[in-house]
Amino acid sequence: MRLEPRETVSPWMVIFAPVMAIVVALVITSGLILWTGESIIEAYLALLKGAFGSRFALTETLTRATPLLLTGLAAAVAFRARFWNIGAEGQLYCGALAATYFGTGLITLPPFMMIPFLFMVGALAGGLALLLPVYLKSKLKVDEVVTTLLLNFVILLFVNYLLEGPWRDPMSMGWPQAAPIIDEGVLPRIMEKSRLHLGLIVGVISAVAVWFVMRFTIWGYEIRAVGNNPSAATFAGISINKTVLRVALISGGLAGFAGVTEVAGLKGYLTLDLSPGFGYAGIAVAMLANLHPLGVIMSALFLAGIYVGADSMSRAVNIPNYIADVLVAISVLAVLVSIMLTQFRIRFR
Amino acid sequence: MLLDLLEIFLTAGFWAATIRIACPLILGTIGELICERAGVLNLGIEGIMTAGAMSGWMWVYLGGDLWTGLMFAAIIGATFGLLHSIFTVHLGLSQHVTGIGITMLASALSFFIFRMMLPESTTPPKITAFQPVNIPGLSDMPFLGEAIFSHTPMTYMIFAIVPLVIYVLYKTPVGLALRMAGENPMALEAQGMNVLSIRTGAVMVGSAFMAVGGAYLTMSAFDAFFFGMINGRGWICVALVIFASWRPGKALLGALLFAGLDAMQVRAQQFAGNFIPYQFFLMTPYVLSIAAMVVMARQARYPKALLSPFRKGERT
Repeated sequence: MRLEPRETVSPWMVIFAPVMAIVVALVITSGLILWTGESIIEAYLALLKGAFGSRFALTETLTRATPLLLTGLAAAVAFRARFWNIGAEGQLYCGALAATYFGTGLITLPPFMMIPFLFMVGALAGGLALLLPVYLKSKLKVDEVVTTLLLNFVILLFVNYLLEGPWRDPMSMGWPQAAPIIDEGVLPRIMEKSRLHLGLIVGVISAVAVWFVMRFTIWGYEIRAVGNNPSAATFAGISINKTVLRVALISGGLAGFAGVTEVAGLKGYLTLDLSPGFGYAGIAVAMLANLHPLGVIMSALFLAGIYVGADSMSRAVNIPNYIADVLVAISVLAVLVSIMLTQFRIRFR
Repeated sequence: MLLDLLEIFLTAGFWAATIRIACPLILGTIGELICERAGVLNLGIEGIMTAGAMSGWMWVYLGGDLWTGLMFAAIIGATFGLLHSIFTVHLGLSQHVTGIGITMLASALSFFIFRMMLPESTTPPKITAFQPVNIPGLSDMPFLGEAIFSHTPMTYMIFAIVPLVIYVLYKTPVGLALRMAGENPMALEAQGMNVLSIRTGAVMVGSAFMAVGGAYLTMSAFDAFFFGMINGRGWICVALVIFASWRPGKALLGALLFAGLDAMQVRAQQFAGNFIPYQFFLMTPYVLSIAAMVVMARQARYPKALLSPFRKGERT
């Protein structure tokens, strides 16, 4: 078996590849459904209905897609520069911490200033959480994958400490949760009778902005250059360390945004279960989109659909909702292979 | 305070706990080290340890025997290793991203299967795990008997594995080929050997070690499987490989040192827990792992071909 680079890659293939991959993932996962003894068609129909089948389902899916969109962008930007930021989960909580610190009465501004302010401090906190990994990578060549992963655990324990200690809301009846965000800082609902909030719009605007920066600006050019060929980038006079720092601040900032949308938009206060692994799921979102910022919008929606749909499927038919995680993981691996196949063809001799 | 800390070292329980905490880390670190010495970063470790913990436990829970349970966990681990090497070794995909994907897949599958087999269990069911065995004579020694010679057979096995791995890695042709695959695959190819097969084999063996390391938790240290059991141990192993500078002997020492600090942290909570919140104690393993990498970073001797896929006939 030999891999042979393709001379031309048709744009159709690039769009078609992830779709094919997801079909393959669905087929593989149906093997598991078969094992549970339920009907495959019924199960997938229940999933589809639970994700998009009603107004309620649709708004729930969009609500779930909001943080995934932002953490997906965080991963997409970083991975483009081959900066492997696996710490979006921790950065999300840093954003949430900042929003809680400033948003629970420390500062009161009118809403049109308060909300942007919360997003700003959230992004700043998320970016700061990456300073140590960036420093260690640039100065000591310590692998950022391991440092960002390990920091997730540290940050989560720190949040745990704050919520059980100094930040615990005395009105919370003993639950480990912080005081609620003041009314001026709460993101307005954008649709009646739903949990859908301003965060979704922030997410979509971020995606377009990231796409614009990556595609049309010098920064974006430098980021892509460092990712594609670091030695050529150095040769062209691009500072790798500076570019990586920039990427890290953008990536951490986007993950921090996700923390703000969840605290100020969805929950209204900081809890320990603010994120059921949105940071890690963001990696899958980015991979499914082949790291394209606009593709992230689609893949965040897809993943949110799977998670929300699987929850309602597991209630309708007797299948544990962990099937969603299996489906997502297989999709990620399948997309990796399919994208490689757009660049290489396999030759058997 | 300082006296309290010193007193910890004088209790046999502390040394026994250190060995117990070290065991899964030793296997995980050795497993990761084998993969990386052959040139393949395996970030599937966290998920593979979860899969090993679940599958070994499930084997025994369904009526299997403990030792065959370990075999089963090893086979499951090797299977995920095979998957990882098909993607990274044969197809040349990014080792970072594939590894994260394998972790996602292995943990999701483990949780799914566990839920499927035991749909409603609020308290995790238990198995009869490996029991401590007393070695006649040795176990009766004061202090040392309790600290070192009253562990489970699996613990002794793990400590026997390390010298075996060192021997194979440094004294046999297989070990030489494996190390060459990670340092200079072209030279290996020139010797007429198949780089891809050697790397695949290394990743499979390494992953089997990781899975058995995970199984130690459910079959020797505890007797039940619960979600979030691995809790970052896999990532800590990846850090320990860097700390050990890719040498198995140092990896053993690193894991023991690390486990000692972890065991001390648990005991220190008892007298310092009043003025330091417990969360900060729980942070220590993760902070220490980062610190360990920083300390050793300057002397780190990476395998030269780590992260670079090998394609036959391609010049680098």
